[in-house]
Amino acid sequence: MSARIQNMGRFLNKNAPVTFTFNGQSLGGYRGDTLASALLANDRMLLGRSFKYHRPRGLVASGAEEPNALVNMGQGAGFEPNQRSTTTELFDGLTATSQNHWPSLNFDVGVVNNYAARFLPAGFYYKTFMFPRVAWKHLFEPVVRHSAGLGKPPKERDADRYEHFYFFTDVLVVGGGIAGLQAALAAASSGAKVLLIEQTAHWGGRAPVDGAEIGGKPAEDWVAETLVTLQGMENVTIRNRTMGAGVYDHGYALGYERITDHAPDTDAPRHRLWRIRAKQIITATGAIERSLSFAGNDIPGVMLASAVRDYLVNWGVAVGQRTVVVTNNDDAYRTAIALKQAGLEVPAIIDARPLVDGNLPNQARALGIEVREGRAIAKVKGGKRVTGVDICLQDGDGGAREEIKCDCVAMSGGWSPVVHLWSHCGGKLNWVEDQAHFAPDPNRPPTGADGQGFVLTAGIASGAMDTPEVLKDAHAAGKSAAKAAGYTPKRAGPPKARPTDEALMAPVWIMPAKATPDLKAKMWLDFQNDVKVSDVQLAAREGYESVEHTKRYTTLGMATDQGKLSNINGLAVLSDALGQPIPQTGTTTFRPPYTPISMGAIAGEARGDIFQPLRRTPMHDWHVEQGAYMEPVGQWRRPYCYPRGGETHAQAVAREVNNTRNNIGLLDASTLGKIIVKGPDAGRFLDMLYTNMMSSLKPGRCRYGLMCNENGFLMDDGVVARIDGDTFLCHTTSGGAEHIHAWMEEWLQTEWWDWKVYVANVTEQFAQVAVVGPNARKLLEKLGGMDVSKEALTFMGWADGTIGGFDARVCRISFSGELSYEIAVPASQGRAFWDALHAAGAEFGAMAYGTEALHIMRAEKGFIMIGDETDGTVIPQDLGLHWAISKKKEDFLGKRAQQRSHMTDPNRWKLVGLETLDGSVLPDGAYALAEGENANGQRNMQGRVTSTYHSPTLERGIALGLVLHGPDRMGEVIEFGLIDGTTVPAKIVDPVFYDKEGEKQNV
Amino acid sequence: MLILTCPYCGVSAEETELHAGGEAHLTRHATGASDDDLQSYLFYRKNPKGVHFERWRHSNGCGKWFHAARCTMTLEVFGTYSAQTTQPPADLIKKIKQKRPDWEGWT
Ligand SMILES: [Zn+2]
Repeated sequence: MSARIQNMGRFLNKNAPVTFTFNGQSLGGYRGDTLASALLANDRMLLGRSFKYHRPRGLVASGAEEPNALVNMGQGAGFEPNQRSTTTELFDGLTATSQNHWPSLNFDVGVVNNYAARFLPAGFYYKTFMFPRVAWKHLFEPVVRHSAGLGKPPKERDADRYEHFYFFTDVLVVGGGIAGLQAALAAASSGAKVLLIEQTAHWGGRAPVDGAEIGGKPAEDWVAETLVTLQGMENVTIRNRTMGAGVYDHGYALGYERITDHAPDTDAPRHRLWRIRAKQIITATGAIERSLSFAGNDIPGVMLASAVRDYLVNWGVAVGQRTVVVTNNDDAYRTAIALKQAGLEVPAIIDARPLVDGNLPNQARALGIEVREGRAIAKVKGGKRVTGVDICLQDGDGGAREEIKCDCVAMSGGWSPVVHLWSHCGGKLNWVEDQAHFAPDPNRPPTGADGQGFVLTAGIASGAMDTPEVLKDAHAAGKSAAKAAGYTPKRAGPPKARPTDEALMAPVWIMPAKATPDLKAKMWLDFQNDVKVSDVQLAAREGYESVEHTKRYTTLGMATDQGKLSNINGLAVLSDALGQPIPQTGTTTFRPPYTPISMGAIAGEARGDIFQPLRRTPMHDWHVEQGAYMEPVGQWRRPYCYPRGGETHAQAVAREVNNTRNNIGLLDASTLGKIIVKGPDAGRFLDMLYTNMMSSLKPGRCRYGLMCNENGFLMDDGVVARIDGDTFLCHTTSGGAEHIHAWMEEWLQTEWWDWKVYVANVTEQFAQVAVVGPNARKLLEKLGGMDVSKEALTFMGWADGTIGGFDARVCRISFSGELSYEIAVPASQGRAFWDALHAAGAEFGAMAYGTEALHIMRAEKGFIMIGDETDGTVIPQDLGLHWAISKKKEDFLGKRAQQRSHMTDPNRWKLVGLETLDGSVLPDGAYALAEGENANGQRNMQGRVTSTYHSPTLERGIALGLVLHGPDRMGEVIEFGLIDGTTVPAKIVDPVFYDKEGEKQNV
Repeated sequence: MLILTCPYCGVSAEETELHAGGEAHLTRHATGASDDDLQSYLFYRKNPKGVHFERWRHSNGCGKWFHAARCTMTLEVFGTYSAQTTQPPADLIKKIKQKRPDWEGWT
């Protein structure tokens, strides 16, 4: 059993007991515990179920590399799944539940997958997807959906807040072990600005646990002193609980600070994302111990040797009362020695190496621990907890076994430097034969803008294994970083430390070496994703030679721990199966973040009201006061309609359309893009941008124009007014102003830079109101000022003047088919002008209308709308807009592309009007059915609906659409498919439904 | 998250201040162009593992387009220069040649 040991636990504050809840049961721990250590102290070994086979799973590790012990944390708005219990600090009132089991942790139905394991081999998903669809739908999917998956997604909005923090530094040091501390000290003593971050709450890393001595003192004392020194330096910033999440281009790095996870009642953001720019980055990220592959290595109670030691020394928890240590290296002996010295039983150390005669093994022997050389674990016994191990010869097939009773197995397959951050931005690795691991190649670092390396490694992260080496390496890294950042490092050297001579480890990838297939099928590589030695070997047999392919085929290393434990073991097994050396197989790609970071931290403050900027027209508040229903248009909010009394939106829209057609409507058109194009070459420039001729436009006149991209596709439209010989005012769509302005700049700056033209986006400088309807002129004449008579201001003309005392530019243009004036006034006077129009217009029935009424009225007139009739594949010719395409101009953007054979194909779908026979409204986007099927067995189509509305004017459904040979098929009835599988007939008609002769706008 | 120095305003701009504009020094083929030339203008782009010339706009800054010469593998930036030129400056080409003797050169 697992239990707390008195008088141990360097992280614990025994004066601060803590109560927490796991699966509804109230348990006790101490301040300083992790959830993992507290659960172990309460003898909770079974913590979850594996992903695929639902096998019982306990803790394997003590830190970020933990693959199994993921829990659901918190409740309601604070709920978060897949939290790693080993990195969750305990606090009073913590609630956690286990995940991926049904109906309970102890009795799990999904465990049948375990007995069906031989039917769920590597590539299971790949293979089942190739089965007939019916088998997938009725057989596999229901089973997989029920049993796969880890935590549940949260249902409520996250109640916590998060923030981003920008930081610029000379040197960033990631990792607060002795290497990180020494590197930070060496760099900072040069005067360089240093940021030192550590992912846990504690400084010093493994050195204090391992009994290192530095400067003649216990490591713990040296760590405390160094920390004080660093804290006293003005050029040093230190943060614990802050993980180096990723290293990116040109010295950019992300830090992930967990501010209140351990103290949720604190009034502070929960997480802070540090967006760091560093001239130099030092990764002092330590190393992760590897598991060993023996049968049953996933049974709860089998743990990394270093983790068993951590739980004992740091948290005062004995994982087991009788622990068998199994290893291929000397370091694991430290675990055996620590356990023995704490009064716990260590019946044997199983060492795969044939001869063991080092310092540490002999210390263990002197304590009376039996060392079994050249031995292996053939099989772990137990179900939800280890009960014993069968041992055998390492150099055998697992026969001739001998049983040892135990309740814990501490395994060590050697150590792998944490190379993630080094690798994120392109740092390369070397295979180090005598440690059987990949270590950073200092000659091939990630490079910055100057082509020089900007990442250094320090300590074990470099592959330095012994304390004196670690400090020397870290000191050198700190000095190099300071120098590269432009500072002069001090001459002082690293502190002296006591060396420990360790014998060489021996690579052991399978235990025993000649294990039979039934044993290999129980050797876990990836605990969370349930990938075994046999799966990787099967993948190799099936032809998966690339490590990247094998990873995806077997899902090795694709779980939330991203293969921190499984990586090297997996590719060693793959290399062996392929008969090639490990460096030839290589590693999979290391991608940020190092461990998962919260979505909240990524979003930071960008949520809710400040997710993105909100653009308001000068009349915005009026719309809100009137209770308008607002819709987003780009970053603007525009009134969709203004419901009155108990009106539905449809009723409000119908009223607004009818009132505009019969009396007068007022539209806030301020969002319409307004771009000034000015200069001697302005006309020439607009002739290139628009499909029609703009240079021939006379001052005082307006012209509708189309803009295409170089592929010939229609991208924007609007009315251009010529202000004077050199000046044009280009109106764009509401959403288009910024990108059309950028489009103009791009051509002027990068292609026609010698043309004398300036452009300015003045959209927000003006408020614009469309005064629309038969009474429009009466209203303007009542307000008085400029002459807006038919004779003085003709259709498609514009004039400057005053209206009711407001400086105004008035364009007589119409998007509704009615008598219409679009009036721009300075933005600062927009609201006053709007109010004046309403006040004076009351007697003429003036009423505001929204965007939906606008859309309906334009559709009734057959006017196209960018984004409805166009979708990036439509050319003006498809829309019957030949009249707006100049034949005289030699060139305009998109002209050559429109001459391509596909663009001139007579079978392109063309714009028509559509009317259902029963007056109903066609569904938006509905397709028109044609005879036959295509090569994929899908029904052929001959057109689609692009705009569809109920027309209050015509009191029936009207639609615009693109139809094969449409303009030649007037009066023909075609069938449109509905989602329920039925069809609805519609007649092809002229796209202009209302006032075909255009008499109403021209009065 | 590259950092490029805008040659117009002199700001060392973070990538979030910039807008990437793809390959630099394309020739616009329009009126009378052959199908092959049009195709290459509209669609064919270099994708080198190494030295590359790109268009960038300092969109959240001075608004100017400029060109950058950089290595897509090592992220080394050889230089930034005006967008108002049809080819990279000779001294920049010389500098890249010195650093990368095996480089095929600008074509
Ligand atoms: Zn700039």
